[in-house]
Amino acid sequence: MKKSLIAMGLVVSMMLPSVMSAQKVVCKIKGSDTCLPLSQKFAEVYGNKNAGSGISVVGGGSGVGLAALLSGTTDIAQSSRKMKIDEKLKIQETGKAVKEVIIAYDALSVIVNPSNPINKLTREQLESIFTGRVSNWKQVGGPDLKIIVYSRETSSGTYEFFKENVLKKKNFASNALLMAATGAIVQSVSQTKGAIGYVGLAYVDKDVKALQVSFDGGKNFVTPSVENAMSRKYPITRPLFYYYLTSRDAAFRPLINFILSSEGQKIVLAEGYVPLS
Amino acid sequence: MKVRKIVEKFTEGLLFTSSTVTTIAVLFIVFFLFKSGVGLFSESPVEEGYTLAVNANNPVGILKTNQIKAIFNGDITNWKEVGGKDQQIQLFTIDELSSAYTEDQLGANLENIPACVNDYVSKNDNVFAFFESRRFPAHFVGRKLQVPKITVWEFLTGRQWYPTSAPISSFGVLPLILGTLLVTLIAILFALPIGLITAIYMAEIASDRMRKMMKPVIELLAGIPSVVYGFFGLVVLVPAIQKVFNLPVGETALAGSIILAIMALPTIITISEDSIRSAPVALKEASLALGASHWQSLRLVVIPYAKSGILAAFILGIGRAIGETMAVLMVTGNAAVMPHSIFEPIRTIPATIAAELGEAPFGGTHFKALFALGIILFIITFIFNSLVELIKSRNNK
Repeated sequence: MKKSLIAMGLVVSMMLPSVMSAQKVVCKIKGSDTCLPLSQKFAEVYGNKNAGSGISVVGGGSGVGLAALLSGTTDIAQSSRKMKIDEKLKIQETGKAVKEVIIAYDALSVIVNPSNPINKLTREQLESIFTGRVSNWKQVGGPDLKIIVYSRETSSGTYEFFKENVLKKKNFASNALLMAATGAIVQSVSQTKGAIGYVGLAYVDKDVKALQVSFDGGKNFVTPSVENAMSRKYPITRPLFYYYLTSRDAAFRPLINFILSSEGQKIVLAEGYVPLS
Repeated sequence: MKVRKIVEKFTEGLLFTSSTVTTIAVLFIVFFLFKSGVGLFSESPVEEGYTLAVNANNPVGILKTNQIKAIFNGDITNWKEVGGKDQQIQLFTIDELSSAYTEDQLGANLENIPACVNDYVSKNDNVFAFFESRRFPAHFVGRKLQVPKITVWEFLTGRQWYPTSAPISSFGVLPLILGTLLVTLIAILFALPIGLITAIYMAEIASDRMRKMMKPVIELLAGIPSVVYGFFGLVVLVPAIQKVFNLPVGETALAGSIILAIMALPTIITISEDSIRSAPVALKEASLALGASHWQSLRLVVIPYAKSGILAAFILGIGRAIGETMAVLMVTGNAAVMPHSIFEPIRTIPATIAAELGEAPFGGTHFKALFALGIILFIITFIFNSLVELIKSRNNK
């Protein structure tokens, strides 16, 4: 009798975690537009699997999401950049702590028109092209053709990331064409001979050519691809983050675990992002 | 009898209320626009909550927005160029801080940052520090730099639009104003003759059957969402312009103008046609009876009669073009440069507001600058409308 009770207790205690894991999560995710399609997919799949879950996903930009987290108007902030040191300081002042989770990676590809014979550029060359110091393809070993720089709008997190990491915080050329959407950059680059632009890996198609880039002064040129991004060989790779208050960890854990599981990471790959491993 | 009176009173009240509410709503929106926009001119262009500072021995006092931007862009690297001593400018931001000091020195909770800032600024007399204002110690050994506030003149005549650039943003709207006016002007140059000719044809020459066919088609143009025009422009018009004029880039002021012209056509055609048709038959018959040909009476009697209607169509067409956002946003390239020709990319005011308002932090400098842009647009439209009124009242005399 006693034995069977213990056995039952064991069985129950073993079952408990699996029951717990199929938990409903109700939360609001806000922030980066880059993460938006991915988070929406997560919310959809997770919601279908766990009845009663209500995950709403809103864009607005990384900065907007993090500010909303600080002011308590969102539960999770999705961000395509790491939290800035002053944002961390602000959180510290309120006496709260923030948990950071990397949910996926995104590789930024530099694209040109397929008719352009240039196949690779160094970071220094990219900097001079995007800041307007170099204005003809001739100057970087290409044909005598005017360079047309396409960029995202100033509000974009991708704009900030590119400016910070490739341009080393210098400003884009004032004659750069600022496009409202990533799709518009692909469209324009595909129909403009001298064009150059930058888009997420998932957006690269046969109408544009992705360049190999070198961040070590021209020693190694790396092709943007999921494999190279996963092995961190490709230099313009950025992590995508979720931020939430440590005190809410227990409530959001099931969702985070799902995202980090192999099933969640399969979604990452299917949506055109780079999985964690 | 009584019931009818009550119903009449009620209807009257309803009419009064709805027109008052409309007026108040319009006034409220204008008030909101001005209130949000004017605030820009009490703002400093330095990123909110941040301070720039130099070593106490640095003779440089006030730096202009452009100079600060040039320093952070790497265009100015020596203090001599901005009126200081002949020495390299040493930038000092949070990045340099974390590489110059170990985590131990900064403290586990970053509590030692002010002390480290003090230390660094006192040791390097060529330093140019950029930190959050709160990170400066209470007894700062260096000197905080004064940056002049944004002025109306600077705003209107500035030629650089870098609204989110750190540490200092520049709000120069001249390229945006000129871009908007250029696109609108060219659009009207296209749309007015074509619209007028079509209106005359439809009102006076076309057969009834022809007119019945054309009218709905033209009115259909007005019902197409502007995003569709924009996409059509981006995919069809932009490559075509690029090929025909052999340009390096197809997203130009010209592309925007053509799309805007197409969009303004229904307004121009419908209104001018109506005003031409409203010319009294008696007038026309009198002219014909005096021996004038059809063309003569059209040119000398009907068109002059419809002049104010045509003018209204012209102005409403401009109104449609100047405020149009989405289509222009998609085909003009949005490069905030001074327009030199119609074969270059430009950026318009509405496109700027639409593209940037979504992420400008509420109440911040950028946000206010976008509202100030709205004020400019409002004033431009207001001037155009007043012009119509003026011309109309002259004609009526």
